[in-house]
Amino acid sequence: MSAEHVIELNGVHKWYGEFHVLKDINLTVEKGERIVICGPSGSGKSTAIRCINHLEEHQRGQIIVDGTELTGDLKHIEQVRKEVGMVFQHFNLFPHLSIIENLTLAPIWVKKVTKAEAEETAMKYLERVKIPEQAFKYPGQLSGGQQQRVAIARSLCMNPKVMLFDEPTSALDPEMISEVLDVMIELAEDGMTMICVTHEMGFAKKVANRVIFMDQGEIVEENEPNEFFNNPQNERTQMFLSQIIQH
Amino acid sequence: MSVNHVKGPDLPPPNSEVGIAGWMKKNLFSSYANGFMSLVAILLIVLLVPPLIDWAFWSATWTGETRADCDQDGGACWVFIANRIDQIMYGFYPAELHWRPNLTGLGLIALTIPFFIKSFKYKNWLGAFILIVYPFIAYVLIHGGSFGLEVVSTTKWGGLMLTLILSAVGIVASLPIGILLALGRRSKMPMFKSVCIMYIEFWRGIPLITVLFMASVMLPLFFPEGSDFDKLLRALIGITMFQSAYMAEVVRGGLQAIPKGQYEAAEALGLNYPKSMGLIILPQALKLVIPGIVNTFIALFKDTTLVLIIGLFDLLAIINLALTDSDWLGFDDEGYVFAAFVFWVFCFAMSRYSIALEAKLHTGHKR
Amino acid sequence: MSELETAQKPSNPAVWNDPKYRALFFQTALIVGLVYFLYSVVNNTLSNMEARGISTGFAFLTEKAGFGILQSLIQFNEDSSYGRTFLVGLMNTGLVAVLGIFLATLLGFGMGVARLSSNWLIAKLATVYIEIFRNIPLLLQIFFWYFAVLAGLPSPRNSMSLGAGIEFNIRGLYLPGPIPESGFSITVIAFIIGFIAMLFMRRWAHKRQDETGQQFPVGWVTLGLLIGFPFFVFLLSGMPMGIEYPVLTGFNFSGGIALVPELLALVLALTIYTGAFIAETVRAGILAVDHGQTEASLALGLKRSQLMKLVIIPQAMRVIIPPLTSQYLNLTKNSSLATAIGYPDLVNVFMGTTLNQTGQAIEITAMTMAVYLTASLLISSLMNWYNKKMALVER
Repeated sequence: MSAEHVIELNGVHKWYGEFHVLKDINLTVEKGERIVICGPSGSGKSTAIRCINHLEEHQRGQIIVDGTELTGDLKHIEQVRKEVGMVFQHFNLFPHLSIIENLTLAPIWVKKVTKAEAEETAMKYLERVKIPEQAFKYPGQLSGGQQQRVAIARSLCMNPKVMLFDEPTSALDPEMISEVLDVMIELAEDGMTMICVTHEMGFAKKVANRVIFMDQGEIVEENEPNEFFNNPQNERTQMFLSQIIQH
Repeated sequence: MSVNHVKGPDLPPPNSEVGIAGWMKKNLFSSYANGFMSLVAILLIVLLVPPLIDWAFWSATWTGETRADCDQDGGACWVFIANRIDQIMYGFYPAELHWRPNLTGLGLIALTIPFFIKSFKYKNWLGAFILIVYPFIAYVLIHGGSFGLEVVSTTKWGGLMLTLILSAVGIVASLPIGILLALGRRSKMPMFKSVCIMYIEFWRGIPLITVLFMASVMLPLFFPEGSDFDKLLRALIGITMFQSAYMAEVVRGGLQAIPKGQYEAAEALGLNYPKSMGLIILPQALKLVIPGIVNTFIALFKDTTLVLIIGLFDLLAIINLALTDSDWLGFDDEGYVFAAFVFWVFCFAMSRYSIALEAKLHTGHKR
Repeated sequence: MSELETAQKPSNPAVWNDPKYRALFFQTALIVGLVYFLYSVVNNTLSNMEARGISTGFAFLTEKAGFGILQSLIQFNEDSSYGRTFLVGLMNTGLVAVLGIFLATLLGFGMGVARLSSNWLIAKLATVYIEIFRNIPLLLQIFFWYFAVLAGLPSPRNSMSLGAGIEFNIRGLYLPGPIPESGFSITVIAFIIGFIAMLFMRRWAHKRQDETGQQFPVGWVTLGLLIGFPFFVFLLSGMPMGIEYPVLTGFNFSGGIALVPELLALVLALTIYTGAFIAETVRAGILAVDHGQTEASLALGLKRSQLMKLVIIPQAMRVIIPPLTSQYLNLTKNSSLATAIGYPDLVNVFMGTTLNQTGQAIEITAMTMAVYLTASLLISSLMNWYNKKMALVER
């Protein structure tokens, strides 16, 4: 249980009823690493990262986040969720709260900071994602790309050690994809540890340290981007890559 | 890395996840609180259900002629129901003429069968026939007076037959009025709009009992002296006007769900108001709200029990009457449980149908 | 001269093709038709009533009623006026409505949440409850409780004693009645103080959280202020409260609070029936909130209780409140079924007995309907206002 690994998955298995959805997942992530996970739908990649912050529960194996092991223990789960931020495919902003309220909710109620401090942090990150003027609007008034950037800012307000991205651009209209990817690239360049499930191969090439290909619940191939895209070793990887339209 | 990756085997899940043990752990005992509640629930079921089933089935008496045939050891006496089943079904309708309402009912069922055949092309014509022509046929059959059929006055109609007649007529009659009201409510002409809104809000705001009272007591006053008003007719008029307001709201929902583009396309094609409504909008809207109409029918079916209060003998009233028979006193439980069962079967079946319809229509419309 | 001024205006269509005139024509026809219809109805009614010797006008309201009423929240005897019967009926309807709404809401919310429980057994039991009681007519349920269940209770002489002086028999449910003694007003004052203190405490706690981030157990302190504090004062001031126990005198009980079986059956049936519909409404409301909201909240580290309070319930209530008020209105209207078992609600007492005795159907029916209509319209407007206020802000 080395504290250098920010995330460690050892022999993780998961079943949905009879269906074996994750098979012997082994993965270690160092601080500052950027991992991209790709694969066909149903390969278990979303399930895998959802296990990291316990939105899904694994049945076998160990998941250790920043030294804390994820068991059924509520205290451990809460500890892990404070350190791990997640951005969803469908944004999941709180529609009944304004943008700034979306951002300050968790810091106030989970980290127990003062309102002034929370708002200051919120505005800082809104500027970082380049939409500070939307602070008092409501999610329903923003475009998809803006909403996703707010979602990223919302996770950042908790000052996480790791950011998980679950297909963050899959639900966006094409012209809005780059504004979100730009934010993610900046985040990476500032040293954030991230695991990203995505089909955006251009992003992977630019930013990733490692690309992982998952299929039918297993990690099939793992390599640094150049090797991965130009020299895929496994035929399943080759088949998958040939089916993806490159950006 | 991972050059010769061979696909790993599909392992079976750990015992705690599947099988009965796994299911129980996840669904019944996932936490202390859940476990406790599960135990309490199981206790309640064990305490209540076996005695109930025993009363209703095992210890019950099913056949016999008189009260004496019923076991005295506490089981249900279904002889009570069996003995009066004719009255419960048909009210006071003469027994030898039961074939007439039977024929009407079977005829209706037979007519609705083609709707389930996908390839049947004349569904619209069939629907129009059932809604517009068949009621007259049914009336002649059940009431009599023509074609050599003996007249059976409406005072003799009762039981389940009356309940069905009240519900069916209520829905069929309130549908056209409801459509007109819904169209009127969406009208741009302020007078039509206000009158329709007032009508709808009035009938939706008052209890059905007051409507039935009003129909029963006041309707004769509204019309010139001497016009004799059949009691059943008064109730039907009250029910129809009451239902039409609710029907109007259901149809309005359907009209609102039709995209504006449909209205515009109809206009662009040069269709005037009646044509665009009749040919384009209403067919789509009505199809959308069939589940809503079924729900309204279910509500009306339950509401028909209120006619008991104005002296008509629907199913519930007949049961009540049967309970006052001096030969058969004290069988309130059997009577009400039976009535509850009959209503429940109809309503539950209709609500399941409505849900299935809604699911089917939803996927159809979710372009 | 500008081009605009010399440009030709489109010529006016013929009158009968002009939409404006057509609209006017149709509307005028409607008004004329309605007026004629109403006129003939009124005419017929007046002449019919004259022929039958029925008087008109509201003078009857001051006449003596001459009958007793089973249960009344205000003083009523045979010398009271017909106008008073209206008030008694109105208050009884109100009583049933308030009790019914309160209990049905509790039952409905409980069952609705239970239906969504992760515990399979609890969820299934809730489903069974909902599917059974939604599909049986209310009148039948009322009859069942009144004739089949409550009629099986023992006579007052063999009354079931449920402890703490509560007596349950065929004449009703008798509860011990509190009789406040002279020192009781201090407890009442304590409650008022507690209530005001609670309001201040909540504001203070909110401000404190904004400024320091620390959370305060507002819920528990509220309970303490509203219940614990007055109770404490009650004890200290020597418990100035007498209790009147129901006592068997002759053939019946007297004293204490009497709940007649008619009221019990009506409230019980209304609660169980309406509760099933409310449960479905609550379930739909909670399901309407996207599961992604739960995921995002949990991912941010919110506890389940915070998730409910801050994210799920505010969004669910938007969806729940409109149909919920509709159910409340239905319950109020359904209370009129009291007539079937003889509970003296507004319809039974006023539109039933008083109408039978005076024959003044028009006035009485109009007054009764006016009551229900006013309640309906008031609640509808309140609901429209609420909907507008709570609508999610969108583009």
